[in-house]
Amino acid sequence: MKRRNILKLAAAAALAGGLSLGNAAFAGDTVKIGAVAPKTGPLAGGSTVTHWPNIELWVKQVNERGGLKVDGTQKKIELIEYDDKTNPGEHIKAVQRLATQDKVDFMIAPYGTGFHIAAAPIYAKYGYPMISVTAITDQIGELSSRYPTMFFTLGSTTSFVEGVRDILVDMHKAGTIGNKVAMVNVADAFGIELADVARKLFPAAGLEIVYDKSYPLGTPDLSPVMKGAKASGPDAFIAWSYPPDTFGLTEQAIIENLQVKVFYTAVASSFPAYGGAFGSKINNTLGAGGSNPSDPKIAAWRDAHKAATGLDADYWASANTYVSLQILEQAIEGIGKTDSAAVTEYIKTHTFDTIMGDISFDQQNSAKYWTVGQWQDGVFHGVKGSNVDGAVAVRVKDGWN
Amino acid sequence: MDILVSGLLLAGTYALVAIGLNLQYGVARIMNLANGEMLVLGALAAFWLYTTTQVSPLLTIFLVGPVAFVGNWLIYRFLLTPLVRRSKNQGMLEVDSILATFGMSFFLVGVMVSLEGGFFAYKYLSEPIVILGSITGLNRFVAFLLAVLIGGALYLWLNHSRSGAAVRAVAVNTEAAGLVGINVPGVSALAFAIGGAVTSVGGALISTFITLDASIGVIFTMKALIIVIMGGVGDIRGAIVAAIILGLVETTVATLIDPGLTLVAAYLIFLLVLLLRPQGLFGKSAT
Repeated sequence: MKRRNILKLAAAAALAGGLSLGNAAFAGDTVKIGAVAPKTGPLAGGSTVTHWPNIELWVKQVNERGGLKVDGTQKKIELIEYDDKTNPGEHIKAVQRLATQDKVDFMIAPYGTGFHIAAAPIYAKYGYPMISVTAITDQIGELSSRYPTMFFTLGSTTSFVEGVRDILVDMHKAGTIGNKVAMVNVADAFGIELADVARKLFPAAGLEIVYDKSYPLGTPDLSPVMKGAKASGPDAFIAWSYPPDTFGLTEQAIIENLQVKVFYTAVASSFPAYGGAFGSKINNTLGAGGSNPSDPKIAAWRDAHKAATGLDADYWASANTYVSLQILEQAIEGIGKTDSAAVTEYIKTHTFDTIMGDISFDQQNSAKYWTVGQWQDGVFHGVKGSNVDGAVAVRVKDGWN
Repeated sequence: MDILVSGLLLAGTYALVAIGLNLQYGVARIMNLANGEMLVLGALAAFWLYTTTQVSPLLTIFLVGPVAFVGNWLIYRFLLTPLVRRSKNQGMLEVDSILATFGMSFFLVGVMVSLEGGFFAYKYLSEPIVILGSITGLNRFVAFLLAVLIGGALYLWLNHSRSGAAVRAVAVNTEAAGLVGINVPGVSALAFAIGGAVTSVGGALISTFITLDASIGVIFTMKALIIVIMGGVGDIRGAIVAAIILGLVETTVATLIDPGLTLVAAYLIFLLVLLLRPQGLFGKSAT
């Protein structure tokens, strides 16, 4: 067992016992940063790819260069991590503990849309800036006006569906595909919300939804879904899916030899594990997210990510997660104090130099994000996004070899 | 025909999930809530060996089976035997074992998260084959065949061998079995160990077509519970028949009505069985 694993094991054991790590350090010598996200439970598979490794990388990098510049000196980051067990109740308890007992200076936003919405009041109550990444919702305006410390960086549900719609409409206009779309979604808040938006946007753009079904999260056999979709004779297949079913639907599409020119699955399509599992078979499949891996800053960050954590970054929210930490870092150093109200104000009014380029917030919302990417020869490239550079042309899916 | 083939293959998956728990609960009287974690451990072994050294999951099961057998035997001997000894009646043992194995499930999740926190994403035998005119995945078919093999072997062993008869005797009545000279603790440990081995082998097979992660075990524990209770505690036939019913019904509903209603259908059947035959399809009513 690698040393890293032993440490993680120790951390897991300590967490299970409700102990916090690193309390031995003296207050004042360090900047205490708290992080609460799933390490176990249904969302843990995603958070261990996208969320935790970037926190690990960022803390390591900041501490290696001597720490954060605050109070006229440099202070190392002391990271306090809690597992919320993918349970909003546990999450809120852990945040309270961080605020009242560990007395952290800052907190890192949660993982998962539902957790941002459930926990926003508690982050706001304690006044911590909450730079959300993995929160995709159409309530951004409402939430950011209600919670003045909450920031969004990954786009809205509608912008997500629009990315897919634009690709379909462009290909339909170019005569590449017909207008028949088979659409399925996971029966969970995320999938239901996206499917609802798509049911409005797709027909309005002249697309015909010929198959529209949902399936429960954790369905062990998706073959009836895929057989049904195939029987509807679609030109495009769109799945608003979660990780296990993203893998499951893709496998069934390969087995059924689903002949569509557009094949889209949502969360986890951008995971290196997805490319690793299916290899060349998924060449030219589309998925949620995107990145510009040829950008030198992104490439350097990917290398650092791999070196520090031993894991490949995903081609989507991994970068945004790291960016959110860069924003926090620059805002803290910009103020030069661990004053959360001042840091929140700083984030609202400044532009940040990040691996995704300059980022600033309008009404607490950053409009720089990817919406759709495509596996092209082993790399997941962004093909649609908002204010991002480096989008490549969409290719037509041609068989499963 | 699509429904029949897909449904039976799904039933094979369910049988792999439930047979092990049936033995553990029916014979050793341990309601093992860490059953799903045992399954995921098997899956993790298959994933690791396949992605690091390209060992076929079909070979991995020959490693996973014996290791899980020994591991579960040790768990029973050292962690669960004290509970068995001190319990005054079966109800007390059930409560104690539920609490103990519930705790064990958290421990196992913690260990697995530390080994591999992400998805066990790999594909093995993900090739289409045509069975009776219906396209399906070869990996599912292989898992089905092995489920049939394991289920059949256990059935023959239990019903046509002396040691199998001893296991059945313990399942029917622990005290009476002891009175006629059966080594009840030994048989219980054996049944618990075999149950664990079957479950982990099932996990290794299932991981070839379902992408698992360290925390997903509880979903399989729930399904296994439904199947075991439906089929009747302590009867292999019951678990297999219940798995087939569940597989066929879920596939029929998904194909003909709506995939969104599969869970509803599964729980509806479960409720009906509980209402009409509370002891399970093959269970003996309590006297």
